[in-house]
Amino acid sequence: MSVSGAIAPNIQLGAKIKVEKEKRKRLGITGTISAVWLALIGLSALLAPWLPIPSPKQAYIDLVQPDGNAPFSTSGHVLGLDGGGHDMLAQTIHGARVSLQIAFGAVMFGMVVGGFLGLSAGFFKGKVDRFISTLFDIFLAVPALILAMSLVAFLSGSSAQSGFLSIERIMMLALGIVATPPLGRIARASTLTWSEREFVMAARAQGAKNFKIMFIEILPNVLPAMMSIALLSVGVVVVAEGGLSLLGVGVNFTDKPSWGNMIALYAQTDLQLHPWLVFTPIIAVFLTVLSLNNLGDIIRARFDAKETTL
Amino acid sequence: MAGTGTAHLREPGETLLRVENLVVEFPVGRSGLKVNAVTNISLDVREGETLGLVGESGCGKSTTGKAIMQLPAPTSGKVLFGEHDLAALKGEELRVMRPRLQMIFQDPISSLNPRRKVEDIIAEGLNIWNIGTEAERDAKVNELMEAVGLDPELQRGKRPHQFSGGQCQRISIARAVATDPKLIICDEPVSALDVSVQAQILNLLEDMKARYGLTLIFIAHDLAVVKNVSDRVVVMYLGKMCEVGGPDDLYANPRHPYTAALLSAIPVADPSVKPSERMTLGGEIPSPVSPPSGCRFRTRCPRAQERCASEEPQMQQIAEDHFVACHFPLNPGETLTNSTEAFTA
Amino acid sequence: MTDTMAASSEPLIALRDVTTYFKTPRGLVRAVDGVSFSLERGKTLGIVGESGCGKSVLSKSIMGLLPKRNVVRGGSIKFEGREVGQAGANELRELWGNQMAMVFQDPMTALNPVMRVGNQITESLIHNLDVSKDFAQETALQLLTSVGIPEPSRRLRQYPFELSGGMRQRVMIAIALACGPKLLFADEPTTALDVTVQAQILDLLDAQQAERFMAMILVTHDLGVVAGRADDIMVMYAGQAVEKAPTRTLFAQMRHPYTEALLKSIPKLDQASHTRLDAIGGRPPDLVHPPTGCRFAPRCPYAQDRCLQEAPPLVSHDTPGHEFACWYPVGTPEGAEALAKNQAAGIAATVSGGN
Repeated sequence: MSVSGAIAPNIQLGAKIKVEKEKRKRLGITGTISAVWLALIGLSALLAPWLPIPSPKQAYIDLVQPDGNAPFSTSGHVLGLDGGGHDMLAQTIHGARVSLQIAFGAVMFGMVVGGFLGLSAGFFKGKVDRFISTLFDIFLAVPALILAMSLVAFLSGSSAQSGFLSIERIMMLALGIVATPPLGRIARASTLTWSEREFVMAARAQGAKNFKIMFIEILPNVLPAMMSIALLSVGVVVVAEGGLSLLGVGVNFTDKPSWGNMIALYAQTDLQLHPWLVFTPIIAVFLTVLSLNNLGDIIRARFDAKETTL
Repeated sequence: MAGTGTAHLREPGETLLRVENLVVEFPVGRSGLKVNAVTNISLDVREGETLGLVGESGCGKSTTGKAIMQLPAPTSGKVLFGEHDLAALKGEELRVMRPRLQMIFQDPISSLNPRRKVEDIIAEGLNIWNIGTEAERDAKVNELMEAVGLDPELQRGKRPHQFSGGQCQRISIARAVATDPKLIICDEPVSALDVSVQAQILNLLEDMKARYGLTLIFIAHDLAVVKNVSDRVVVMYLGKMCEVGGPDDLYANPRHPYTAALLSAIPVADPSVKPSERMTLGGEIPSPVSPPSGCRFRTRCPRAQERCASEEPQMQQIAEDHFVACHFPLNPGETLTNSTEAFTA
Repeated sequence: MTDTMAASSEPLIALRDVTTYFKTPRGLVRAVDGVSFSLERGKTLGIVGESGCGKSVLSKSIMGLLPKRNVVRGGSIKFEGREVGQAGANELRELWGNQMAMVFQDPMTALNPVMRVGNQITESLIHNLDVSKDFAQETALQLLTSVGIPEPSRRLRQYPFELSGGMRQRVMIAIALACGPKLLFADEPTTALDVTVQAQILDLLDAQQAERFMAMILVTHDLGVVAGRADDIMVMYAGQAVEKAPTRTLFAQMRHPYTEALLKSIPKLDQASHTRLDAIGGRPPDLVHPPTGCRFAPRCPYAQDRCLQEAPPLVSHDTPGHEFACWYPVGTPEGAEALAKNQAAGIAATVSGGN
């Protein structure tokens, strides 16, 4: 138990940690590409109104041929025009604005509400757990799209008079509610395992209150599991938003293009004739979801709780 | 081994902790059945003493420790600590008692939050109770880390995964001592560690006990480890007490057949002791859902007779500071034999 | 490695200079670094060491249970004179069960939780020995009886979770014995069990070994477990064998400071309460960058300059069959002198308590 004995091996330990850190600092090629793509799409969505791109509502009707065929690339329109003469680059960037806002908003909502409910269910167990789990089960029993549709209909109906909620907010809320049970169940399951750990009992023995144990001791351990599902959900929400538009309850394409309603609209009208119109938003969604997952993995690897083995 | 009774308890004024007729039961699902984890255990600890609780898995030793900590509270019984009955306290009243009793757990990895820094883990109690200024807390963490053989300067900011099992257990000890508790319950603190590390931690516990004036309840399945640290030993079996006494007499002259069997089953690092010549206990520990009537050890006991099934033995004094709960205790120096013929008739 | 062994024609299993390295991002982990021993039928070898000493990796190397990727293996493993160290999966499968079998530490994870106990035993019989189902059933029943399981015919139809820890370990032993192996590996077979049950299981292994004239390798961290049961003991530290001897010789004339320290650090029943333990200070070395000289030198109370620079070979000295790797062995004048020198110089005598 000599102190000297305890310190000497730590020199080796220090070297080991340094190697690990250096390894973890690097993003790697895929990580860098993901980060660059997300920065690009995020910034351009954020700054869309000030970018030197035409308004998405601006129709270059004169450039569209009589048969509805628009040139794939024309000077000044890098990604071409759609059948209505709208600039595809502008559509995609403004679409990102709407889609990402809804997707992140909805997933954040799901994380916060689902996280809180799941944490409470897993921590308090018993009646609280039974109540919350039943709630989750009820929501999960309804097909997601139908649930989202009815929620949108309900929310837009009730906010029609007041005008309190914009369509984006309504979508955010509706899809957020749909995303809550899966995230909540992950939080609950993870909380159940973590609250069995002895450090939770140790915290209680120290006199920590429930609130502290839940949010300081358990939540940081539960978050990684939730994050991995949340990142996947972003992609699902983008697509769901498009599905709702297609059914006529989402964000209207003529009001505001979004990736979702672009995919929905072009898939219906232009898939055979102008497949690139569909592929542009699809590729944008694909790259974004891929990048999010990729970065998510890297972040998780960095923050993952490492534990010694004896 | 019914070990009901309180003959072995000392005067209430002499002891720091006195547990009377502790009972812990858990429901088995929703079947209406219950696990009799601990049934009528009574024990006490003097200030500065180390009480060893020893027995095999399922004997209720860990449950007893946790029930004393009220994690969770026992089904019934008294846990008298100072002038308070901890089992009767609720909510905030109990919470303010927490810093005075602490616990060290078996699994050094599981008992530390992997996401928190060592300094935060050790200072947890100090922060919860707002003890001292920030600078004082800082100094206390440094002092504790040095006391347990860690280097505060290098290791304060690290997380548990950067430490070995033995070092994690040192951190646990520092955390437990931080709020200046009177009593620390050590629940199998060394059984997950390698033998050489185990010795380091056992020595450290003795040092910490002397340095901080601690009283310990030491729970372990390893009889040799318990003997090494204890001033008094309680042998448990299936939620009951078998034998209580000072370690030297109890180990030299076990009176309860179970204690004797347990002692003879330990593999000795000496090739001249042939294992085949020792007494081996048959069978396994019965289910605590439906424990045997009378003495709970009777189903495996080579000395069991009819009386053992019908009547539960009471704790009785058999020598100075040596108590046993058995109808047919061994005489000093008598060895247990495998032969049961004499009794089956 | 004993006189009797020399007399026999050929050992059942002989290892020469076996190495197992793992490629990791941190570098090459020298988990087993040059281990040799041989064992004949009917004998028990105890391999003793702390976690991370390489004892489990060694048994997995012999059994061919290591993953192919990122493992570098060297040396020779001869089973009945046939080289199996580099054998392919098919060849090993043939040896498995028939020739050698293993009993693991944790019977709960080693048994298939969704398969009846009986089927788990008959499966290997039918697979390895190509017998009829009825015959396999009959044999399974006999096996359970012989490993001391009460009501064997009822147990055959039960699932592992319905059995206690001790019963599960008995089932594991029955499975291991099913095809009549010549070599039985028991890797910490009783670590997960209570002492009274541990004694039962060790007795059972002893009895079965004698009855079937098997060779047995008993891997454990507990010198007590092997003291009364093994014919020979090999003590491992940091991937290497540091001392190897017939059991009685080892305990009577311990030569390696690590063996001595290991024994001294265990609390003993006959010691008075509150006896200060002789803990070994520090920790085992990092196997990516093991010390240049003797691997125990950084923690050794006998260590001299030579130990830090030059690794001592594992050779026998005064007693044939007793090999140890140390420049200043315990119980020799050189050792005593080295210890005295260190104590005089005040070098942290790690073995004697640490403080």
